[in-house]
Amino acid sequence: MTLINISSPHVASDGDAGSMMRLVLLATLPGLLMLTYWFGWGSLINIIWAVLLALVFETLSLLLRGRPVGFYLKDYSAVLTGVLLGLALPPLAPWWVTLVGVGFAIIIAKHFFGGLGHNPFNPAMVGYVVLLISFPVEMTSWVAPRDLVDGQPALLSFSESFFQIFPVLTQPLVDGYTMATALDLFKQHQGDLIHQSVGVRAAFGYFGAAGWEWVNLGYLVGGLFLLYRRVFTWHAPLGMLGALLLLSLIFHGLLNIDSIGSPLFHWFSGATMLGAFFIITDPVTSATSLKGRLLYGIAIGSLIFVIRSWGNYPDAVAFSVLLMNFAAPFLDYYTQPRSFGQAAIYARKEKD
Amino acid sequence: MLNNLFNRLRGGIHPPDQKQMSAEQPITLMPFADRLILPLSQHIGTPAHPVVKVGDKVLGGQLLAEPDGHFSLPVHAPTSGVVIAFEDHRVPHPSNLTAPCLILAVDGDHLTLEQEGFDNFEQVSKQELLNKIRGCGIAGMGGAGFPTDAKLKPRSNKAIETLIINGMECEPYITADDRLMREHADDVVTGARILAYLLDYPKRCVIAVEDNKPEAVAMLRLAAAGSQVEVAEFPTKYPSGSEKQLIQLVTGKKLPTGKLPSDIGVMVQNITTTVGVYRAIIQGKPMGARVTTVTGKAIARPGNYKVLMGTPVAHLLKETGYDESKSSRLILGGPMMGFTITDAQVPIIKTSNCVLAPSLEEFPDPPVPQACIRCGKCAQVCPMQLLPQQLYWYARSRDQEKLQRYHLFDCIECGSCAYACTSNIPLVHYFRAAKGDIRTRQQQQQAAASAKLRHEKRVARKEALQAERDAKRKPRPKPDQAMDKNTEPGKIIASTTETIES
Repeated sequence: MTLINISSPHVASDGDAGSMMRLVLLATLPGLLMLTYWFGWGSLINIIWAVLLALVFETLSLLLRGRPVGFYLKDYSAVLTGVLLGLALPPLAPWWVTLVGVGFAIIIAKHFFGGLGHNPFNPAMVGYVVLLISFPVEMTSWVAPRDLVDGQPALLSFSESFFQIFPVLTQPLVDGYTMATALDLFKQHQGDLIHQSVGVRAAFGYFGAAGWEWVNLGYLVGGLFLLYRRVFTWHAPLGMLGALLLLSLIFHGLLNIDSIGSPLFHWFSGATMLGAFFIITDPVTSATSLKGRLLYGIAIGSLIFVIRSWGNYPDAVAFSVLLMNFAAPFLDYYTQPRSFGQAAIYARKEKD
Repeated sequence: MLNNLFNRLRGGIHPPDQKQMSAEQPITLMPFADRLILPLSQHIGTPAHPVVKVGDKVLGGQLLAEPDGHFSLPVHAPTSGVVIAFEDHRVPHPSNLTAPCLILAVDGDHLTLEQEGFDNFEQVSKQELLNKIRGCGIAGMGGAGFPTDAKLKPRSNKAIETLIINGMECEPYITADDRLMREHADDVVTGARILAYLLDYPKRCVIAVEDNKPEAVAMLRLAAAGSQVEVAEFPTKYPSGSEKQLIQLVTGKKLPTGKLPSDIGVMVQNITTTVGVYRAIIQGKPMGARVTTVTGKAIARPGNYKVLMGTPVAHLLKETGYDESKSSRLILGGPMMGFTITDAQVPIIKTSNCVLAPSLEEFPDPPVPQACIRCGKCAQVCPMQLLPQQLYWYARSRDQEKLQRYHLFDCIECGSCAYACTSNIPLVHYFRAAKGDIRTRQQQQQAAASAKLRHEKRVARKEALQAERDAKRKPRPKPDQAMDKNTEPGKIIASTTETIES
């Protein structure tokens, strides 16, 4: 044996970036399950298609950049981007929508900036926003949740969903099963009183939005699992959900502006929980200091509330996340912890 | 206990401690090696001056080399034998450096000099005790090997209020101090009392032990009953045995950057050092041997061995059934901060607390680093509350100004960040390299500054000389006088060459 020189430490904790990403993938399952139950097979097909595309685009980008393909594919970051975008897309979005979104996310939002660890913006959210702006019709055609109203046709079967997404032999089916989501309704009926909109419309479900409340619960369960496994810290999710809760409490409860939406509505509709536990916790694009993460979460929660209540788009997670991605380095710069043995920053300034 | 709650260590990690491999093995005497390699400077400071010649027969405990200067310590013969050479030999050092060493051929008789100690140390003057500690070559056995007598002499005006005996041993695998505390608890407590006497009886004298060593705590409590020495348990967490972190755990004070513990009225001494002080004062014995843990899955008989100073690591490996085919590397020290050696002939010195020979399954080759994903785990575990991830970016871009602004030099290189890193980035390695680069640049700047000064002085000197000469030369000789025999052609030529030179 030849004795080798290796720098300390000689031991390391288990796990690597890949195992962390796999845990996150696992944690999306409850949410995916709920999506599939309430909205049909579309999301699952979208996700498989998106992951496939993500792997192809990742491989292509790595080859073009002259990087080892196998090594980088093993970090599962491309798979995760595919899954997250797939989860965010409407269940019956045509195949080319996914193609454009994933392509944009992987090639432009990720590899143009230097690949994993160097992208300033969350790739899945960049892909989503590009699609939302470019193809608003396709991106807002959500399937109606199952059994919402009497006489509603059943959800599409797997093969029907498949051919709806990939119209290979048949023409796409008539778009008769989609409807506005609760957030859309909420946006379109902002002048109404609460009993006119929220109370009477079945789309608002039991406590949030029909179907969506269960999907959000699914993400919440997955997110709490990740928190328990210490994949991320509680700061950003708590900041975001706390800000949403506080703002909706103030405007809905205290100021009694009914059309703003209740805290439960804000928590359990749209992409709130997906955002809180799977998007804003993306370490690459968020702030890194704990205080910074808390602020980052609070800012995103506030932006979501502002855009949902007074903006032009029904949901706001993607826009809020991208806006705060910009600000993450700034937050980090101003939230540096005081290191051991150093005077507090204000004391240092006084000395200067 | 409430105190501990507030003073808990921020950051830190819980690596598998693996102490069970050797913790139950009592300290046994390692059979002597044929040859001992005794570095003449096994501590900071200048090498000691040999007082013996090649061919001399020496007895155990006999002085071999005298200290040279305040930070130098004497070297004694660990056992009897013959001095066979003075030569440069590889010594335990992360960079595999060589240093002047004395080579002693062991005769195996183990004849030792009669040693005299002090029965009642409190009747002896402090200076006499300090001289004895110095005469016995006692140095800090925890890390840097700083001469203990120099550390005990107060340098700041502040009195020592807290004396901490560091029995934390937070590095995984190592059990040498644990065994020493269990088997020689009385010696530890007496050593602590001697140190307390030398420091004018600090208000508190605490032996700090991690709570994964309950037997050691029990033995120490038994030995310390009725004395001023207190035995305190702290939660097991790496690196709570690091000096700054331990001071905070015990006193709640954070040592400001650039200050010595004595500046805030604290002194920390290592367990082995404390026992060394006990042996020097009570038994008069110099530091001839120390307890070293030999462990790892490539060792058939892991345990804690009393090893003579200068014993080659190869001898320890042979005696403990080292399986070369299984071994992945050889480490001096623990897995978190120890360094690899590439030559098993390096000797055991005062600071060698562990020889670790892990198997390949235990310590596989380091994985290829992945991209940093800014997960921030490094910052969460950093016991110094630094931002290792930012330091990593700046180290990679060699931004020395930013590195210093982010307090690179506060890094204690404990390895917690690299341990926790999701992407397997060897962070500490980057930080060491960056520190080296900055030090080199500072040295270069200093060298450049002194060269500039030297040059300016030379120019000034020459100008002065020239001015002097010009002054002498004034009333210039007239052309006809220049040819006069009285003028000295040599001088004119000399001044011409001087002009050309400048």
